[in-house]
Amino acid sequence: MRLLTFILAVALLAQPAGAKTLDDVKSRGELRCGVNTGLAGFAAPDDTGQWRGIDADFCRAVAAAIFGTAAKVKFVPLNAKERFTALQSGEVDLLSRNTTWTMSRDTSLGLTFTGVMYYDGQGFMVRKSLGLAKVEQLAGASICVQTGTTNEQNLADYFTTRNLSYRPVVFERLDEAISAYNSGRCDSFTTDSSQLISERTQLPNPDDSVILPELISREPLGPAVRQGDDQWAAIVRWVHFAMLNAEADGVTQKNVEELMSSPNPEIRRLLGLEGGFGAGLGLSNDWAVAILKAVGNYGESFDRNLGSGSRLAIPRGLNALWKDGGLHYPPPIR
Amino acid sequence: MADMRSRMQAVRSLDWLYDPKTRGLIFQVALVLALLILGYEIVTNTAENLKKQNLASGFGFLGKTASFDISQTLIEYRSTMSYGRAFFVGLLNTLLVSALGIVLATLLGFAIGLGRLSQNFIVARLSTAYVEVVRNVPLLLQLFVWYVGVLRAMPMPQQSLALGPAHIDVRGVHLPRAMLQGDVGWILVVALLCGLAWALVLARWARRRQIETGQTFPAAAAGLGLLTGLPLLALVLLGMPVGLDYPHLGRYNFEGGLTIEPEFLALLAGLTFYTAAFIAEIVRSGIEAVPRGQKEAAAALGLRPWQVQRLVVIPQAMRVIIPPLTNQYLNLTKNSSLAVAIGYPDLVSVFAGTVLNQTNQAVEVILITMGVYLAISLATALAMNWFNARMALVER
Repeated sequence: MRLLTFILAVALLAQPAGAKTLDDVKSRGELRCGVNTGLAGFAAPDDTGQWRGIDADFCRAVAAAIFGTAAKVKFVPLNAKERFTALQSGEVDLLSRNTTWTMSRDTSLGLTFTGVMYYDGQGFMVRKSLGLAKVEQLAGASICVQTGTTNEQNLADYFTTRNLSYRPVVFERLDEAISAYNSGRCDSFTTDSSQLISERTQLPNPDDSVILPELISREPLGPAVRQGDDQWAAIVRWVHFAMLNAEADGVTQKNVEELMSSPNPEIRRLLGLEGGFGAGLGLSNDWAVAILKAVGNYGESFDRNLGSGSRLAIPRGLNALWKDGGLHYPPPIR
Repeated sequence: MADMRSRMQAVRSLDWLYDPKTRGLIFQVALVLALLILGYEIVTNTAENLKKQNLASGFGFLGKTASFDISQTLIEYRSTMSYGRAFFVGLLNTLLVSALGIVLATLLGFAIGLGRLSQNFIVARLSTAYVEVVRNVPLLLQLFVWYVGVLRAMPMPQQSLALGPAHIDVRGVHLPRAMLQGDVGWILVVALLCGLAWALVLARWARRRQIETGQTFPAAAAGLGLLTGLPLLALVLLGMPVGLDYPHLGRYNFEGGLTIEPEFLALLAGLTFYTAAFIAEIVRSGIEAVPRGQKEAAAALGLRPWQVQRLVVIPQAMRVIIPPLTNQYLNLTKNSSLAVAIGYPDLVSVFAGTVLNQTNQAVEVILITMGVYLAISLATALAMNWFNARMALVER
């Protein structure tokens, strides 16, 4: 049992995370990145076995910043239950797995969240034939949910505070929960709304199901690292900010090469032509160039995996830059 | 000469070292010390690593609010109760499915084991086929067959199959629930206890009379009658204060009555049918281990065939059957943790699953879970050892 191995590792072997994750990754020659076991748009292997999705792209971006190439990533698929132990015990260097940033996870699990990759909220999928408009109308219904998620707690909170009853049906794996919903075991399936959109496209008859517009929680999803290694946390945090800054400055995978001659000081700092920002992270100064060449900016990764360029076609919404009415407001590189 | 003597003395003074008893003692002490040091290292190293990684530790989390719901609860439970309460809900669910599984697997196993020895060609071959097929397919696959193949194929609540007052649908089996009206529960308990006492006295009397006069008395049947009859009589005298709560179709599900969840049914069916195959083999081998001469001797004494089985063959077969049977009971209990694969809220799913994940105190949670399974297994083994001692051949 994998979980038990992790626990034994914590108990017997695990060394505390010193300020040396970067050295470990460099000497190993690859970044070990914890991702979802399969969630289209975030991290899922495609027909050729390549990991696709915004979370997988972020793993590649971090690897590119360190090694100059996106190829040096080992993807480690983790289910909801295993993910934190895998990070704590050192099996992965970075957890990039649509994980909600909560206070208890940030303070008592020995983890540090480095930012918000995707602003999400918990929604409900129901059969269209029920003709529901609001979540409250699900009183008395059977609801499928995945264990080890914030969704399980939000669900209990929502119905308890409204003094409504429901019947939870709890599964360890996402695909089991979906299959239970699909076979009629549950009237509704609940999880983060991005996952609902993604999973709905995988149903045999997507048009028979609808996603209720109401969201019952805030789910800021983001990458996490082990506590106690400030340098490593800074690298992961700034890889994310670099991708957002690049979008704000209009630097893309395509034009990054020609913008190397741009006179714009913001772009010159981002691309390492001015100031020594890479050195401050313990990386080379063209760290952001490597990221952009590997996966492009945040907007490109979003469009390719979740947005208009993907089957999911999720609107940017809260995930747009601040200047387009969204919540992403990256600190400047200066 | 003097030199030689002093050397001899030196050798003799080391004699104790070459004494096998002393050596054995030294090695044993060394082993115990090494084990103690290893244990100490594990505990301190774990505590230190947890502290360095800034992970929460200790058992205080058991008192915190659980804030998640559980589908099947034998005791009252709400999401506002504590993790400790959730632990007991999970534990009782594990005990329920294990206890029922043990009873049903034993009954089915004995039936199939006897079936394999049957003179009837079809019964014997069918029993053999059952054993060979069921025990050679992994239990996890069988659970999926029951859960996905059988129970998921049931209709939606709106098209449920009605069997009298009971309904079967994809959400489980819905039965009417008997409800006592008014405060009459204690009267029934008293009636039951009276019946139990009466049955025991009757059994003693019957045994003594048989020893003295040789006359037999159906004490078992009479005892069963007393146990059920007295509470029933009490109910009739009280004017049948029993109401039935029938399940009725709500907007989504059947409401009221008693709902048996499909996850529970699938797990119970899987554990029962799987373990029964092993028990059948144990029963067959136990009965075949009784020498043929015993049966012939019993028949020669004039015992009827069923008396031969009940008084001569089965008591001797039990001595062979019980030890491996104990193993099967322990296996069944531990196998019940496969519940997690089909969403039944047993101890592993609720406590080592959801609670572990929310508190992330993996070391404490896994320690408690392992301790519980150890305790259940030891208690089962203890009970079976006692039973075994009672069935053992009394040497004179």
